[in-house]
Amino acid sequence: MAEQVLSTPSLPRAQAANVRGATLRAVYMIWKRDLIRYVRDRMRLVASLAQPVLFLVVFGSGLSSALSGAGGGFGGPGSTLKYVQFIFPGIIGMSVLFTSIFGAMSIVWDREFGFLKEVLVAPIHRSAVAVGKTLGGATQAMIQGLVILVLAPIVGVKLTVVGVIELIPLVFIFAFTVSALGVAIAARMRTMQGFQVVMNFLMMPMFFLAGALFPLGGNLPAWLSVLTRFDPASYGIDALRRTVLSAAGVPANLLDRLGLTVFGQTLSLWTEEAVLLAFGLVMLALAVHGFRQRD
Amino acid sequence: MGKLSRVTQPVISVRDLVKTYGKVEAVRGIDLEVGPGEIFGFLGPNGAGKSTTISILCTLVRPTSGVAEVAGIDVVRDPSAVRARIGLVFQDPSLDGQLTGRENLEFHGYLYGLPAATRKQRIDDALSIVELTDRAGSTVLTYSGGMRRRLEIARGILHYPQVLFLDEPTLGLDPQTRNRIWEYLHAVRTREHITIFMTTHYMDEAEFCDRIAIIDQGRIVALGTPAELKSKVGGDVVTITTPDPAAAAAQMRSVMHLDATQVDGTLRVEVADSASFMPRLFTELSVPISAVSAHRPSLDDVFLKLTGRAIREQESGPLDMMRNMRRVWGGRR
Repeated sequence: MAEQVLSTPSLPRAQAANVRGATLRAVYMIWKRDLIRYVRDRMRLVASLAQPVLFLVVFGSGLSSALSGAGGGFGGPGSTLKYVQFIFPGIIGMSVLFTSIFGAMSIVWDREFGFLKEVLVAPIHRSAVAVGKTLGGATQAMIQGLVILVLAPIVGVKLTVVGVIELIPLVFIFAFTVSALGVAIAARMRTMQGFQVVMNFLMMPMFFLAGALFPLGGNLPAWLSVLTRFDPASYGIDALRRTVLSAAGVPANLLDRLGLTVFGQTLSLWTEEAVLLAFGLVMLALAVHGFRQRD
Repeated sequence: MGKLSRVTQPVISVRDLVKTYGKVEAVRGIDLEVGPGEIFGFLGPNGAGKSTTISILCTLVRPTSGVAEVAGIDVVRDPSAVRARIGLVFQDPSLDGQLTGRENLEFHGYLYGLPAATRKQRIDDALSIVELTDRAGSTVLTYSGGMRRRLEIARGILHYPQVLFLDEPTLGLDPQTRNRIWEYLHAVRTREHITIFMTTHYMDEAEFCDRIAIIDQGRIVALGTPAELKSKVGGDVVTITTPDPAAAAAQMRSVMHLDATQVDGTLRVEVADSASFMPRLFTELSVPISAVSAHRPSLDDVFLKLTGRAIREQESGPLDMMRNMRRVWGGRR
């Protein structure tokens, strides 16, 4: 018996020693698993469209007619921009924000149902879980955000091919940043009970402060103005808005007036993306650190 | 002679292992060695230290002191190397219900770095050992509890581990399914030349093992083959039901010079030969006897003899009930 065991070919065992290669493959597989689950869960796909549709069609249309009364559109006299068109990119951002956070929270779900253990005992670097989950959540959120574009004709936002192509990396960076934040939190959560807390004290404030529903460039009270500038989602949504609406023919000076400013300066797209990405990478580092600790 | 025994290096080697949680001593100095190709059973009631020990061996928990080596590698010094060489079947299910059986195995294959060229073949082999080839394309949500366990076993051996660890692999399964799981484990051992280390609190299951260690309150109280352990209980075990067990025990002590133990209102006594003992029982005792039965000693009897307690007494705690419920309902999340 012993001799048999010793002579068993152990080719994959040598392979398994290559932890770094396995870690990269693990990132891919953790990402792929998230996508398989996402595609398989058709109900979620449909349900996740319901909220944006409600916001745009009911909330947006309702406020549009109330706000565009005094001869002219949203954003001042002479403007033809409707409120519903103003919030359209914000709703894309909302979809990205919510999907990213929910995607990250699936880690807690996996922990409760035991699947996370399978990943954590594998001979891979723990960072694979953080990176794989962040990319998985970001990919789902990006798809969910881009799907909102099909509603563009309903609210009268013209899309151009170039505009949509420009939008893809912006949506992805935003999705990546929020996912990394979600994973950094989820890595430290042990039970689903904490989920409601995250919803109420993180996700909703982030959404409301991000200027998805009102212009950050308006005459906001000082305290609110400061808070919105600390919300990373503000930078993501402002970038989406500039890209979508300028492609749709909204003049740049109007976008500047409505958009995000820091110390009175409008930010370039690059600056906004740099802020987002920097925040996202810090969060990813915290996420990796969160998984390092042994359970 | 000494040289010969060196050829079979132990696959698992544990020396004076201790684990304390605060003031609670979960494991209080365990020594054991498991040879290659062995099926080694770790037996004991809940809370005896089984899961803690297996968790240390699997690098999930750090020992407080002592040494544990798996495949010749220290579990504290190089946990990654140990993890690459072991397969695990956890006490609680750890499959992704929304993935198919095959996808669960693919996921595992990637995590453990199975080369792409052989991955598919290996998954097919593992599925066929546990006879899940037909259902490999269905999501795990549609699997029964027994099928999930089989899939977990297939997953545990997928990456050619040297040792397969199973923590209570048959917990919550019906007896028929439990026996099937054992058939698969023996098939795995034969086909994969693998060492199997498992815990259970079902005494009858220990009979399927080559060697077992009985653990109680963090210490190993007996270690050997099932036959060796059973020989610790001399002859047969006779169980006597009587309206007055205390009086009967006293009489047996004084008249027959036998030491009977009282368990669940019945008396148990070990005798060399039950056939000749029973007639004596009726003639020499004045206490009425309502029933007598005799059986060959089981590991339950061994445990009882070594610890003075029946293992059944602690068998089903609230945690087990919860686990069983989850086994049943876990799929419908």
